[in-house]
Amino acid sequence: MKAALKKSIIVAGLGLATLLAVPAWADYSVGIAGPMTGEYASAGAQIRNGAEMAVADINAKGGVLGQKIKLEVGDDACDPKQAVSVANAMVNKHIVFMHGHWCSSSTIPASDIYNDAQIPMATVSTNPKVTERGLKNIFRIMGRDDQQGGVGGGFLAEHFGSKKIAVIDDKSAYGKGLADEMAKGLQSKGVKPVLRESITAGEKDYSGIVTKLKAAGVEVVAYGGYHTEVALILRQAQQAGLKLTILGGDTMSNNELVTAAGGDNANNVLFTFAPDSRLEPGAADVVKRFRDKKIEPDGYVLYAYAAMQLFQQAAEKAKSVKYADLQKALANGSFNTVVGTLSFDAKGDLKVPAFRVYQWKGNKYEYFK
Amino acid sequence: MGQFIQQLINGLTLGAVYGLIALGYTMVYGIIGMINFAHGDIYMVSAIISVTALTLMSAMGITAVPLALALALIIAIAFTSVYGWAVERTAYRPLRNASRLAPLISAIGMSIFLQNMVQITQGARVKPIPTMMPGGIELFSHNGFSVHLAWTQIMICVVTVVLMVAFTGLITRTSFGRQQRACEQDRSMASLLGIDVDRTISYTFMLGAALAAVAGVMVTVYYGVVDFSIGFVAGIKAFTAAVLGGVGSLPGAMLGGLLIGLIESFWSAYLSPEYKDVATFAILIMVLMFRPSGLLGRPEVEKV
Repeated sequence: MKAALKKSIIVAGLGLATLLAVPAWADYSVGIAGPMTGEYASAGAQIRNGAEMAVADINAKGGVLGQKIKLEVGDDACDPKQAVSVANAMVNKHIVFMHGHWCSSSTIPASDIYNDAQIPMATVSTNPKVTERGLKNIFRIMGRDDQQGGVGGGFLAEHFGSKKIAVIDDKSAYGKGLADEMAKGLQSKGVKPVLRESITAGEKDYSGIVTKLKAAGVEVVAYGGYHTEVALILRQAQQAGLKLTILGGDTMSNNELVTAAGGDNANNVLFTFAPDSRLEPGAADVVKRFRDKKIEPDGYVLYAYAAMQLFQQAAEKAKSVKYADLQKALANGSFNTVVGTLSFDAKGDLKVPAFRVYQWKGNKYEYFK
Repeated sequence: MGQFIQQLINGLTLGAVYGLIALGYTMVYGIIGMINFAHGDIYMVSAIISVTALTLMSAMGITAVPLALALALIIAIAFTSVYGWAVERTAYRPLRNASRLAPLISAIGMSIFLQNMVQITQGARVKPIPTMMPGGIELFSHNGFSVHLAWTQIMICVVTVVLMVAFTGLITRTSFGRQQRACEQDRSMASLLGIDVDRTISYTFMLGAALAAVAGVMVTVYYGVVDFSIGFVAGIKAFTAAVLGGVGSLPGAMLGGLLIGLIESFWSAYLSPEYKDVATFAILIMVLMFRPSGLLGRPEVEKV
């Protein structure tokens, strides 16, 4: 009697479990990953805001292939080791598409795991190595550092070629790659930097490097790295009576730079970034809805939104979310997203990447004039 | 020449801050023979508190810089001491008689907890304050290089010297100092002689936290930017300073802090900023190999 009761409870339990599991399996899970915590958490928040809105919009319009999609969020804190465990966790959650990671140094190790598990991914990481390793599952929806750095270096040579220029990086995969390309861009136009230095990211005291710049008479810095260090360098330069103009990459689009640099220091920051997607006519409606929710869709917000659109359109085209079909659709298709039309070359890089030079004005950035 | 003097000033300022944090490490080590790994995060908490206090005061219309600074110092010291007390009460006291490893691990846990708590409650974004003491004095100009001494740098050095003197007085001349030294030498004997050991240890944690609070406020004013992750690097550097000077020795902590500040700024000026941490930690390794008790530390005598 007792045994029979036990058995029936187990059976009932199993039945209940299947009932619960069925709807969960029917949804498609898509992943996003980036620095949700840690020093660069504000970029993670941008990705999350963008992806959440996109998933809500897609589900409101009936989902993908008639199924709702469910967002899984991974936090790698821009730490390569953590990125690998996030990737493993994502694989266990049976995601069918990944948007991430954000830091190149996280994207590179994590992408091997997604590739092994046959999960297609869209990323905004800009280090050339991301797509140079022959992985078929990666699609980069942003330009590359060698393109970005070339644009930045060429721009500096053209507009500030007569001044003393230093090239500095923060030793990260992204920062060093970008700074090297900027130095190449400068040299190709015949401008030789007076200093080439590296700093350690995550510290607070950069008075040493500031003094060195001052002693060398540097007026312009080409910087490869993230905005938090630039803010500190600007503040400490001001304190040391040194006026610097800094040209950085896409990460300088974070408006945290303005408050952190203090006063109007950020007005001396220029940066290269993809053409402002908020000005794309196709994005107007989405931009408005972000602003209604008090989210300014700058930086990576619209890119995360676009990544989700990319998945939806590719799945509809392939009529499947199986890796082979999705991959083929992504590799051969052309997709209309809030950041413009995206199509990819054989490596998975954008066919038509574009970079513009921006300048901070107060707490907004605009095209450099 | 100009650059040398400027780096000297930078290094002394940075070293003073490291020294203040290192004092907290060294005091706690002295009394319970344990490195308090949550100390760097206590410093971070105090920096966040001071940003909150300064922002609140400017909202309330207190704009006189000396008054705002003094109030921020008082508020930060008060709150941070409570944190120091709470860390001791929750992470150390219950494990007082456990193996040496247990409180070490609970302190690391406390450090992670504090960091995450601040991140969740305050957000991950950096917290800036407007420049409070702009400018400084231009000391001299040499070959077109002008040497600047910022007001904030003067403030940091003066406050550090005053605190150092006050502190040495507290330890060597007051009855609390005597109790503390007694606990340091022999805890069970001290308790037999009627010293409340638990209370003395609590006060020591609070004092260490108060010093970290002073460092936190000054760093906030000096760099203008703080976030929840600043505790880790500062903690490691200050820990190195404490070990370099001789863990357990108060003047040693200060000396270690100054040395590390100077090494960092001269290394990045004349060699490469890229390898300045390598230099710092290489020196730490050398000291540990050839003089394990640190520059001013007493060699540990095994009691029989």
